[in-house]
Amino acid sequence: MIELVSGNPVQAFVQQVVSGLASGAVYASLALSLVLIYRAMDVANFAQGEMAMFSTFIAYALITGFHLPYLIAFALTIAISFGGGVLIERVVIRPFEGSSVLTLVIVTLALFSIVNGTAGLIWGYVFKTFDSPFQFGAVHFQGLYIGYQDLGIIGVTLVVLALVFVFFRYTKLGLAMRAASLYPEASRLLGVRTGWMLAFGWGISAAVGAVSGMMIAPVVFLDPGFMQPVLLFAFVGAVLGGIESPLGAVVGGVLVGVLLALLGTYVPGGENLRIAMGLVVIVAVLLIKPAGLFGRSEVRRV
Amino acid sequence: MALLELTEVHAGYGAIKALHGVSVSVEPGSIVAILGANGAGKTTTLRSISGMVKSAGRITFDGKEITNHKPEDIARRGIAHVPEGRGTLAQLTVWENLQMGAYVRRDRRRVKQDYDRVMEYFPWMGRRRDQVAALLSGGEQQMLAIGRALMMAPRLLLLDEPSLGLAPIVIREIFEIVGTISKEQDLTVLIVEQNANLALRAAQRAYVLEVGRVVLEGPAAELARHESVRKSYLGQ
Repeated sequence: MIELVSGNPVQAFVQQVVSGLASGAVYASLALSLVLIYRAMDVANFAQGEMAMFSTFIAYALITGFHLPYLIAFALTIAISFGGGVLIERVVIRPFEGSSVLTLVIVTLALFSIVNGTAGLIWGYVFKTFDSPFQFGAVHFQGLYIGYQDLGIIGVTLVVLALVFVFFRYTKLGLAMRAASLYPEASRLLGVRTGWMLAFGWGISAAVGAVSGMMIAPVVFLDPGFMQPVLLFAFVGAVLGGIESPLGAVVGGVLVGVLLALLGTYVPGGENLRIAMGLVVIVAVLLIKPAGLFGRSEVRRV
Repeated sequence: MALLELTEVHAGYGAIKALHGVSVSVEPGSIVAILGANGAGKTTTLRSISGMVKSAGRITFDGKEITNHKPEDIARRGIAHVPEGRGTLAQLTVWENLQMGAYVRRDRRRVKQDYDRVMEYFPWMGRRRDQVAALLSGGEQQMLAIGRALMMAPRLLLLDEPSLGLAPIVIREIFEIVGTISKEQDLTVLIVEQNANLALRAAQRAYVLEVGRVVLEGPAAELARHESVRKSYLGQ
């Protein structure tokens, strides 16, 4: 991310907020993919970051190996990730249907190692660069310099979030997926194949995660561990916003991005405190408002 | 031929057996009531029909065996089960609840017709279609569950204790509507009730269950005059 030192303290502050928004957008989309699965099965998918990492490697292979144009590789990666997510649910998660939450957590941890190891096996552990689809340079505006990279990340994320929102809010399948995750028994009585709804949920979640991976990859380097810090901050965002709330995940993710950017600028040595800061936020939220900013208890008439 | 036929159905939850060979027959176009005390196996009977509980014996719907089929497949064959507690999709709106009823249907025009008809039976739903179902009263939630079941265009409606927790005046209203719907749409209804009085008035035939067995069956009017029914279930 491009940062230019500005003499004006207000400008410097705004500058940091803007660049925080870009990384926040990445945390937001990964946080959203976590929440989508959490709502459906009450389990945090610890492999979410690794799945996004794997997706990004697929995009990398499509671009460098098959020499596909970025846009086509991008679209193809999303489609493959969706299919992969569905497949993982059917093959890995399905056999544990009805198991305790702890069992499922361990399954996602196993998935974490499997995906990570597979990526290492295929692509190795040497850092790779992932070219940015966005032009180098920045927009000058009121003394601010906003990189195309940052703008691009924010824009793409907004589009993805809007699509997810429209899907769940306005389509019949999206409605059925919401119903199936909230009321599985009643939904089955209406003819909904709830097992497949969960699999689609994994697919969509993997696809959204893939976008977050492809957006952050040009900023960092590509290796099998590159999504792990992102996952941590996505978790922080999801907990902050309310792990049950998709909107909360997005707002939480963005807030975390901004918070970390400010921390890096205004706290001496702040760059090294990022992970600690993330954990502090988690603990603080759980202590003060466990449901998160947007978490609400169920609406119920008494 | 009966639309629904249960022959010697056994069912239970783990080691606890709830049904010990229940046989029930439901003629098309009729309303049939299953009466009995708490724990008699009424709910389990409905749950085995809709595949929500594993059962032994034989259940046929429209001549085809459906024993132990998946609930979603049984629903797709045209059996609408309004479960105990109404199965309200509480966090979804009235409109979304109704839309979920039509989830498996592809014939948009007929769905629209059924929607209009539901609005005729329950005009208040149109005015409150964007309200979250959790904010409806118990009676309204029961009506919504029935409306949602109608959106499935079912051939058989299973109602589990529609009167549960409702005021007498609301219960009467609901039974009236169910009677009207059954008549107007030639809809077959199997209704499970503790409120024997109303159920016997609405139904043409009735069964009495006691600890998982059918102990009495016959035309509803006859059962209403039966000595033991009057004593045990009608409080006379």
